Amino acid sequence: MIALLLAAALAADPQAHDHHAMDMPMPVTAPASERAATPSQPAEVPVGDAPPPKAPADHYADRTYDPAAMAAARDLLRREHGGGTYSLVSLPIAEWRQGKGRESFRWNGEAWYGSDVRRAVFKTEGEAERGRAPDEAEVQLLASRPIDAYWDLQAGVRQDVGRGAKRTYATVAVEGLAPYWFDVEAALFLSTRGDLLGRVEASYDQRLTQYAILQPRIELEAAAQDVRRSGIGRGLSDVKADLRLRYTIVPEFAPYVGVGYETRVGRTRRFAEQAGEKARGTYLLVGIASFF
Amino acid sequence: MTIRRRDLLRHGAGAVGALGAAGLLPFWASSFAHGVQAAPDTLTGTDILLRAEHGSWAIDGRHGHATMLNGTVPGPLIRLREGDDVRLTIDNRLDEDTSVHWHGLLVPPEFDGVPGVSFPGIRPGERFTYRFPLIQSGTYWYHSHSGLQEQIGLFGPLIIDPKGPDPIASDREHVILLSDWSFLHPHRLLMKLKQQSGYFNRQKQTLAGLASGRDQPAKDRLDWGRMRMDPTDISDVTGSTYTFLVNGHGPADTWTGLFRPGERVRLRIINAAAMTVFNVRLPGLKVTVVAADGQPVRPVTVDELQIANAETYDVIVTPDEDKAYALVAEAVDRSGIARATLAPRAGMVAPLPPRRRRPLATMRDMGMDMGGMSMKEMGDMGGMSMAMRDQRNAPSVPLNPGVQTIAPMPADRTGDPGQGLIGLDHKVLAYQDLVALVPNPDARAPSRSMEIHLTGNMERYMWAFDGKAFSAVTAPIPFRENERVRVTLVNDTMMTHPIHLHGHFFELVTGKGDHAPRKHTVAVLPGGKVTFDLTANAVGDWAFHCHMLLHMHAGMFQVVGVRPDPAPESAGEASA
Repeated sequence: MIALLLAAALAADPQAHDHHAMDMPMPVTAPASERAATPSQPAEVPVGDAPPPKAPADHYADRTYDPAAMAAARDLLRREHGGGTYSLVSLPIAEWRQGKGRESFRWNGEAWYGSDVRRAVFKTEGEAERGRAPDEAEVQLLASRPIDAYWDLQAGVRQDVGRGAKRTYATVAVEGLAPYWFDVEAALFLSTRGDLLGRVEASYDQRLTQYAILQPRIELEAAAQDVRRSGIGRGLSDVKADLRLRYTIVPEFAPYVGVGYETRVGRTRRFAEQAGEKARGTYLLVGIASFF
Repeated sequence: MTIRRRDLLRHGAGAVGALGAAGLLPFWASSFAHGVQAAPDTLTGTDILLRAEHGSWAIDGRHGHATMLNGTVPGPLIRLREGDDVRLTIDNRLDEDTSVHWHGLLVPPEFDGVPGVSFPGIRPGERFTYRFPLIQSGTYWYHSHSGLQEQIGLFGPLIIDPKGPDPIASDREHVILLSDWSFLHPHRLLMKLKQQSGYFNRQKQTLAGLASGRDQPAKDRLDWGRMRMDPTDISDVTGSTYTFLVNGHGPADTWTGLFRPGERVRLRIINAAAMTVFNVRLPGLKVTVVAADGQPVRPVTVDELQIANAETYDVIVTPDEDKAYALVAEAVDRSGIARATLAPRAGMVAPLPPRRRRPLATMRDMGMDMGGMSMKEMGDMGGMSMAMRDQRNAPSVPLNPGVQTIAPMPADRTGDPGQGLIGLDHKVLAYQDLVALVPNPDARAPSRSMEIHLTGNMERYMWAFDGKAFSAVTAPIPFRENERVRVTLVNDTMMTHPIHLHGHFFELVTGKGDHAPRKHTVAVLPGGKVTFDLTANAVGDWAFHCHMLLHMHAGMFQVVGVRPDPAPESAGEASA
């Protein structure tokens, strides 16, 4: 069948052979309706298996131009084709929180600088009640490198700078994109006193339209032991669940509103109740997500 | 028009004062053009001087900063004659290095114009003269190979007339030079993409799109979400920041070329865009493709063609009615259009066709098209892994963080019309439609074959050959002088990559025997592969890269080293 079609195509295209024979092209005066004809179809040529040559050790342009000038140009070429450094300052949470009898400001941000394979990362988050210094506030300085197509491994230090205990921690974290487009961050913190804490954050951007984005976000905290001075009990200690609706006026600037719920759980909750503190709360949120 | 033009001149007067009344668009690109033959400022002859300089220019009435040649964007039309020995001098009046690469021209390696590969570059205040014989003819272009100057205006058309009669007969010709312009500096474009790879995409899937049926159905969307693949990621930089231009004119300014009804009009279409693949059509007119990448092909008539960055197509149209025709060059993701008008008289406007729905990437774009087989059946196929990142599908590629996926079953897509154009009810050009007009100069069987993977990570905005960005590469890709090698490019990513080899033409392996189409740039469709035969007949070092400017800048670049064999210098150890 194929052979028949091929034969028919060849018969219908007498010019095909003429072109073979011609060295000089002829002016194309074909009517617009002409289609490219199936050409004579030679059998597929066999491809050899010769070994590739060795990579040349010289730089050919050095034969013509000053080798020093070429070396400098090669350095630049290399840096400009994959060797670039980039940066980001991102503040996805910067918001007023209004709860029953409590009004506070909360932030969570990250900045990085570096190449595709090595980055310095600064993170900060915290919360301050209206008119007071931050209750909780922390800064982290981490070195980051990719360990996978989607995940970065980060290691460094965390310093608590809020009104509570000024603890210092060694930190190791993974941050990346999980299947189904979940942004996930998980960190372990080992304090200078030997206390081990953990935190997992996950969020998802559900686009309602190109500009209106609904983002559920959850944050879990846990401890390997009681840390009584901080009111933290062993096991899962804190759960924060938020829902934010942001509108991206430009990608870099997106005001949002939302609701947040947070609760202490397990032993941590018992410690709070014993101390007469509130163990849970619901909040209305108004803020701006930004980056540059 | 007059007012705008005067305004334009006033604004540009400081920067390009010396230019005087020439304006900021070259005559060849000025609207109501009668054709490139009539352009008075076309540079011809054998001695050509070009000034590289900073300047301001206007796009649809808004002013931007550009690096220019001879004070215009696009640069002047350079029209040369095959057989001539030419001298092209660049006078660098920029405050940074510059260079000009003659795209598609077969020149000695020292005059190919790639800083760090072929020469050191041209310092500010210096002059550099390129000298070479013209051993070919056809439609080409030129552009800077320094930094990202190509994005901000340093490019233009280059035509070489054949020594003998032109195999392509026409009554009139126009250059249709397509480009993309952003008021954001290209370094900012890349920074945004590194920060948020979907930054410029305003056509993402939404709940509203799901409800209206514009997007993938829920099940596909979940499947793609599990794979962390965005089917709306068609273009990296889109109409959200780009204005798409024809001959330097935005859609509002609408460049117009004139014709007399019944004439055979030759359009020399050049895609000089930094980051945009275009779908080109002239509603109401058939388009007969007569040359690709400057090389004549047997005429093939189509309704539409996709042109990737750095490709050129010569087409013949025969508008026989006394009316205006629109030329629409739609960005592949349909986030915007470049637009021109062909008209018998100035001042006529043709209606634009309705905007088409934005395309979505398919399983075929992921190299997973199994022709209707279910996922389970695919998984059962003996020995063939359908995993998204299986080492067995690319043994030579390190599965590092820059390699998001390895196409499990890359298809030969040279019969496809281009992303987003499959299944239309009109004929769209495919590479398999191209047949060289004259026999190939070298029809030997290849003595060896090799495979190069085009890899990337769309999330991290990393791009490379074989998983290695050029900054991490330690040795060039070697070829023996005059050896014939079958090269297969496998696109493991979900984006089209127009791959350009300097200093050579290669023959696409599409079953056309010794009439294989010869190209200098080949678009490898997402999840697809392209095979070409290369005669490595130009000794020297040559750039080999993706012509998506920011892909190249992110690392999708290599050097090809062609040496006589046995090469005395290869006795030593390979060094970086």
